[in-house]
Amino acid sequence: MNQPQSPKQPANLDLLYTELEDDLRSSVSALLADKCDPHRVKALYDGDGALGEELWPALAGELGLAGLLVPEDLGGAGATTREAAVVLEEIGRYTAPVPFLTSAVVATTVLLDEHATEAARALVGELAAGEKTAALLVPFSFGPDTDLARAAVSGGTQVRSVAGALEADVLLVPVAVDGGLEIRAVAASSATVDPVVSLDMSRPLADVTLAEVTGDVVVPAGSGNQAVRRALLTGAALLASEQLGVAQWCLTTTLAYLKERRQFGRVLGGFQALKHRLADMFAAVESAGASARYAAAALAAGEDEEIATRVAASFCSETALDAAEDAIQLHGGIGMTWEHSAHHYLKRAKSSHIALGTPGAHRAALADLVELPAS
Amino acid sequence: MSTTIDQDQLRQRVTDFLTEHDPSTLSTDEERLEWLRARYDAGLAWVNFPEGRGGLGLPREWHLEVEKAFAAAGAPSNNPRKNGIGLGMAAPTILGFGTPEQLDRFLKPLWVGEEIWCQLFSEPGAGSDLAAAATRAVKDGDEWVINGQKVWTSGAHNADWAILVARTDPDVPKHRGLSYFLCNMRDPGVDVRPLRQITGEAEFNEVFLTDVRIPDAHRLGEVGEGWKVATFTLNNERVAIGGGATPREGGMIGKVAQTWREQPERRTPDLHDRLMRLWVDSEVMRVTGQRLRQKLAAGEPGPEGSAMKLTYARVNQQLSGLDLEIQAEDGLRYGDWTMVRPEKTDMLGRDAGFRYFRAKGNSIEGGTSEILRNVVSERILGLPGEHRVDKDVPFKEIPR
Repeated sequence: MNQPQSPKQPANLDLLYTELEDDLRSSVSALLADKCDPHRVKALYDGDGALGEELWPALAGELGLAGLLVPEDLGGAGATTREAAVVLEEIGRYTAPVPFLTSAVVATTVLLDEHATEAARALVGELAAGEKTAALLVPFSFGPDTDLARAAVSGGTQVRSVAGALEADVLLVPVAVDGGLEIRAVAASSATVDPVVSLDMSRPLADVTLAEVTGDVVVPAGSGNQAVRRALLTGAALLASEQLGVAQWCLTTTLAYLKERRQFGRVLGGFQALKHRLADMFAAVESAGASARYAAAALAAGEDEEIATRVAASFCSETALDAAEDAIQLHGGIGMTWEHSAHHYLKRAKSSHIALGTPGAHRAALADLVELPAS
Repeated sequence: MSTTIDQDQLRQRVTDFLTEHDPSTLSTDEERLEWLRARYDAGLAWVNFPEGRGGLGLPREWHLEVEKAFAAAGAPSNNPRKNGIGLGMAAPTILGFGTPEQLDRFLKPLWVGEEIWCQLFSEPGAGSDLAAAATRAVKDGDEWVINGQKVWTSGAHNADWAILVARTDPDVPKHRGLSYFLCNMRDPGVDVRPLRQITGEAEFNEVFLTDVRIPDAHRLGEVGEGWKVATFTLNNERVAIGGGATPREGGMIGKVAQTWREQPERRTPDLHDRLMRLWVDSEVMRVTGQRLRQKLAAGEPGPEGSAMKLTYARVNQQLSGLDLEIQAEDGLRYGDWTMVRPEKTDMLGRDAGFRYFRAKGNSIEGGTSEILRNVVSERILGLPGEHRVDKDVPFKEIPR
């Protein structure tokens, strides 16, 4: 009989927030509280996209968040995934329609690949300065374990359901060449970008068609696959923090409602059936908090990244969705109305659940990583 | 005198101590005990405890490394698994509420493992409703005379001392009439009888207390303050059960993962899906515990441990059930139904069937999952409390 394998034990990473991270959260939260009005989020579903156009310049420019992950010598803030995660928690809490995840995390990670070209370095500087916004041209459902042969773009093909493309000035386009994918930076103005009626209009998607693929090579063949995979992994790891923010809003808002809403002459929050559901939601959200934090810290430290990401992506996706679904149920009739904000969070949670790899896809990858094969 | 040291200085103290007290020279039990006493006196027993009480007043997190350094040096163990209640519950409570004399008398023998502790809280009529404890304590001069019955006492048959909750005043509402005592289990009035459980073994006991005499000097906290002291103990228990440091794939998930790796012919998609969900849950529990301990490093445990214990119970039960299913025809068998008296609770040492039945207790012991959900929703989330018909009624008038 085989000896039981004991997995390599991960480092004891700091899972608390530093003072600096608390300050960053305060400034992001203050800006979103001021500008990201729930009524204007709702208007996104009725065709009024003005909120996004106002928010992103403020976040990227005033707060300098576009360059958070970019090293200082390239014009960025030189921060880590820990800080980016804090920003995403707040974005989730407000369902803010900003391309932070798609441009400042995913596209930026592509451009920061160690084999990226001079053109990439110049472009990432422009992203950091908030002068331009970029998006990786893959469907938002693609995760780090998607077969990247499917990501190859050629002239005339349409890439469906791309996140961040509507806001992007530059598209990062994976192109199949000998030796795998190379990544080219293509001006969005040269592409046909058709807005999609999206499940989550606070992260509106687009179908993108390029007549032909031109533009500078930003990551050369031989490194393109790795750069895309790394970007999608980082995206999945940090999406977990956005999902945490969604889940926390759902818990806080539902809790406040159940403390106030009265039926049968009592506040609803006094009914044990509801108290117990909230206790379970609290336990799940606390756990999601630790898991998302662990993934952000793991990427920042360069330790245990693969496993930490899969665990957080699986757990936080499901926790956010459960919390959003419970928020609707526990709000009763008002939760089903267009007027109440709960549905913004359900829509965000459900689309995030599919984005950057489903929980099942992350668990399948995890099974290989921890040597628990399916068959 | 009280100078704070940093982590490097702490490491140095451990190294110096090991140089002066070389563990490899010890041969007899008495020598090992002396060594442990010296470690206590050096403040390296539990570094988060105060100076003079086996500690150095340092962050709780730092202790882990100290423990590892001693283990790596082959140091004698104080047998923590045999004295879990002593170390995890009695000691912090004595530290929190004890007089200087009580601290002098009890902490050192407890830590070195010379005196084993158990917990006399639950009663046949006071399970979840612990504040309904009916065991009486009647003052007689400088002593209290105890009469009553306790149940679910793990390790009572090995214990030298017990933490005891008893009723000192039945004329006031239930929460106000309790006091907390340190009870000598060698008193002739203490009768310990095994309580056989669904696993076949008897890890727990019923304890009958008949005219047990406890000196007033062994009362912990004020008369009538027993509920407050007991709550402090129980918060520590929930941390001890749910928040202990486990490595990745430690605990129940490790057993199931081992089964999975060793028996490829039994793999199915359904089992794999459930295994991976539970692997994720177990790993999330690990990092949640890690974060909780980082939060606690400076302070005392609050009710947050309750949320972790909820998850722990569910995951353990699901995992042990899954383990039996993976084992298929072997999962239909059981190791041994013989009535035995284990020295300690050992969730992992026996077969999967044992783990399955034993894990059923995880959502009952140390606060049922239902009570813990009340605790979380009321004390953390601030939701209204349950309707309490007995809250303001003198204890003696409550129908029982």
